[in-house]
Amino acid sequence: MSDTHAHSVAFVRTEQVPPSPPPFTTSGPIKWSRDNLFSTPFYTVLTIAAVYVIYLILGNTLPWIFNGVWGTSSLAECREVLDGVSGGCFSVLTERWNQLLFGFKYPPDQYWRPGLTFVLFFAAAAPVLFFRLPRQLLLFTAVFPFLAYYLIWGGTILTPILAMVGFAAGYMVYQRFVAGSFAAGFFGGIAAAFVVWIIGGMLIPDSANENALLSAVPSRDLGGFMLNMMLGVACVSLSVPLGIALALGRQSDMPLIKWICVIFIEFIRGVPLITLLFVASVMLAYFFPPNTTTDLFLRVVIMITMFSSAYIAEVIRGGLAALPRGQYEAADSLGLDYAQAMRLIILPQALKISIPGIVNVAVGLFKDTTLVSVISMFDLLGMIRGPILASTEWNGVYWELLGFAALLFFVVCYGISQYSQWLERQLATDHR
Amino acid sequence: MTTITDPPQGAFRLSMLINDTRYRSYTFQFIALIVLIASAAFLMSNLFANLSAAGLNISYEFLRSPAGYDINQTLVEYTSQSTNARAALVGILNTLLVAFLACVTATVFGVIAGVLRLSNNWLVSKLMSFYVEIFRNIPVLIWIIIIFTIMIAVLPGPRAFRGDDPAASMVFDAIAFTNRGVYIPAPVWGPGSLVVVGAFLLSIVGVFAYRRYATKLLYDTGRLLPMGWPSLAILFVPTLLVYFALGMPIGLEYPELKGFNFSGGIKVGGPLIALWFALSIYTGAFIAENVRAGIQAISKGQTEAAGALGLRSGRIMNLVVLPQALRVIIPPLISQYLNITKNSSLAIAVGYADVTATLGGITLNQTGRAIECVLLLMLFYLTISLSISAIMNVYNNSVKLKER
Repeated sequence: MSDTHAHSVAFVRTEQVPPSPPPFTTSGPIKWSRDNLFSTPFYTVLTIAAVYVIYLILGNTLPWIFNGVWGTSSLAECREVLDGVSGGCFSVLTERWNQLLFGFKYPPDQYWRPGLTFVLFFAAAAPVLFFRLPRQLLLFTAVFPFLAYYLIWGGTILTPILAMVGFAAGYMVYQRFVAGSFAAGFFGGIAAAFVVWIIGGMLIPDSANENALLSAVPSRDLGGFMLNMMLGVACVSLSVPLGIALALGRQSDMPLIKWICVIFIEFIRGVPLITLLFVASVMLAYFFPPNTTTDLFLRVVIMITMFSSAYIAEVIRGGLAALPRGQYEAADSLGLDYAQAMRLIILPQALKISIPGIVNVAVGLFKDTTLVSVISMFDLLGMIRGPILASTEWNGVYWELLGFAALLFFVVCYGISQYSQWLERQLATDHR
Repeated sequence: MTTITDPPQGAFRLSMLINDTRYRSYTFQFIALIVLIASAAFLMSNLFANLSAAGLNISYEFLRSPAGYDINQTLVEYTSQSTNARAALVGILNTLLVAFLACVTATVFGVIAGVLRLSNNWLVSKLMSFYVEIFRNIPVLIWIIIIFTIMIAVLPGPRAFRGDDPAASMVFDAIAFTNRGVYIPAPVWGPGSLVVVGAFLLSIVGVFAYRRYATKLLYDTGRLLPMGWPSLAILFVPTLLVYFALGMPIGLEYPELKGFNFSGGIKVGGPLIALWFALSIYTGAFIAENVRAGIQAISKGQTEAAGALGLRSGRIMNLVVLPQALRVIIPPLISQYLNITKNSSLAIAVGYADVTATLGGITLNQTGRAIECVLLLMLFYLTISLSISAIMNVYNNSVKLKER
């Protein structure tokens, strides 16, 4: 600008006027609530209804939670302390804490064993869940099942060691022969493991359990949330390999193998889990060799594993079908045989696609472990409905107990689903 | 996988069973067949050895013997002298009843929650995601027990309705919520009520005929007839006219407090309500996610294109978005219906007499016929599941995008 106007015009601004702030109704919280809460009359009604619902929920639960009593030894005492005020009687949780977690038969002086197993479980699961951790940690994951078995069931340490030696022998035989042919390595490994187990089983004396370092705890003494965790972890980890095998079998060119897998999967998916649990509790014993006893825990693990492996097989089949045809053809053109193509090319990609689905199945399965309370196993829900609510001290403490169970399951399941979403973001290697 | 092998050279050798891809699959299948037969034989021999040791045999005779127990909710005639087969039938009907009711209400809950979760209203969409996350992450068995506990521990007993100043009162003087169940008015069919029902059915046909006519008129001439209020009028006016002309043949019998309990009306038992409500609110959360995913799967361009053609927002939803979204929503919706049917077997936890509780529970325990009962039970659920998946396949094929 020239300065000619400076003399002819009385006043000229030399700098730009700063923008004035927008009217307070079109900025900040007021604009936000206009846009997001009261944009139309219908939304206004909805907002008011939602506020009322939230008020109803919080107005009833908050006083109940904050007035809660934590230190009494029976419901009657708790009601005395409350003196008519609304409040939760959470002392049932503190008083029966061990029963809720471990069941009512697990020897109390041994509670540290499942506790330690639980802590070690996180160490064992970490390298599986987070790929950035050093791969050497997987060695501990491989040892963990045997360690967990030894800690929870106790008895002679020879049993888990023998099981571990069997697996190690199988793995070594597999490594030795897999270069020649996958089938030779695979079946040779299985045969080697069985040979070790059978020979070792003869060597372990029958009296080994009697003076063991950790006293033996029979399966029927397991209970509480521990039982839910054990069933969930054991069945999910067993059913993933089984599910992969079933999915591959269903895709197979060999009609006999294909139809065995199809019938198995469709049969299991067509019946409710509870009928399979009935099979475990009343029917499966008939199919074991006479004069052998198999405990209920093992039978339930077998049935739940079959159940979830059928669902996981369907998820993995979806993953296999989602792979472009070119991947299969490329593997063929490289001259890989079936086992190599699957191990090196197809499955790594198909499993990556299937992870969200597998996690969904795992969450559903973990929730379904509560069903074992129907066949009178005392898991968390079975403990609540059976021994605790039936006791004279705590007869009638519904909400605290059921709320606790709901909270526990919510935390675990929500955590798993959040992990799965995180993992999906981590594994997204395509360009979006 | 297809692998091309060298042309055959010379005669068949035994090693070709392993090394030649043309014969290898036969070898594998043969081994699989042997393993299958061997394990089946092993299991069967165990079964028969165990059965003969226990002095049992496989027989379905027990189905014809009297059941000897009472069932608290029966849709068909049943006494404790009826056969076990009859008890199983009662259970099957109860299963189908609660599954049907729960499917209807779960769809309603799920569609409402799914649509509201996508709404621009921040509070409502947050509330709906809260609902979905809470209900999806807590086992359905816990929900069933929580709602059953509400039924028996929070609702008043029938005695609370007595006296001049009762602690509880009936809703609209017609519905009583008690801890023994909910009492609702029962219809009383007087003479001539068939005519009213017939008139109502005819008006339903009339509504469809009118809509068809209106669509045809629209396509032929471009004239747009109103749809909403004529449909309602055709549906209700003739029925009401017939109803009053015949002197109100259909009445209502209200539940009344007699002594310590209600009589008259229809009693809907507490277990049924608990199971129904728990299944529908739990599955509703899953359906809400399916609905949300289905609506979000339709690209925004479709909505914008429809808007560019000049369609109003209601028409965009009805004519463009929904037909495409339903293609995505319906298959998972049907598998949720299947889940409801299977989860209804949890009735046994609250004492609802479904087929798991009658055939798989009391009959099994009284007769000791574990294998037969569990097999029949599985057969029932398998039939339901396979027929629903068959329907689903037919639907999927009919709505599949017709591509090259």
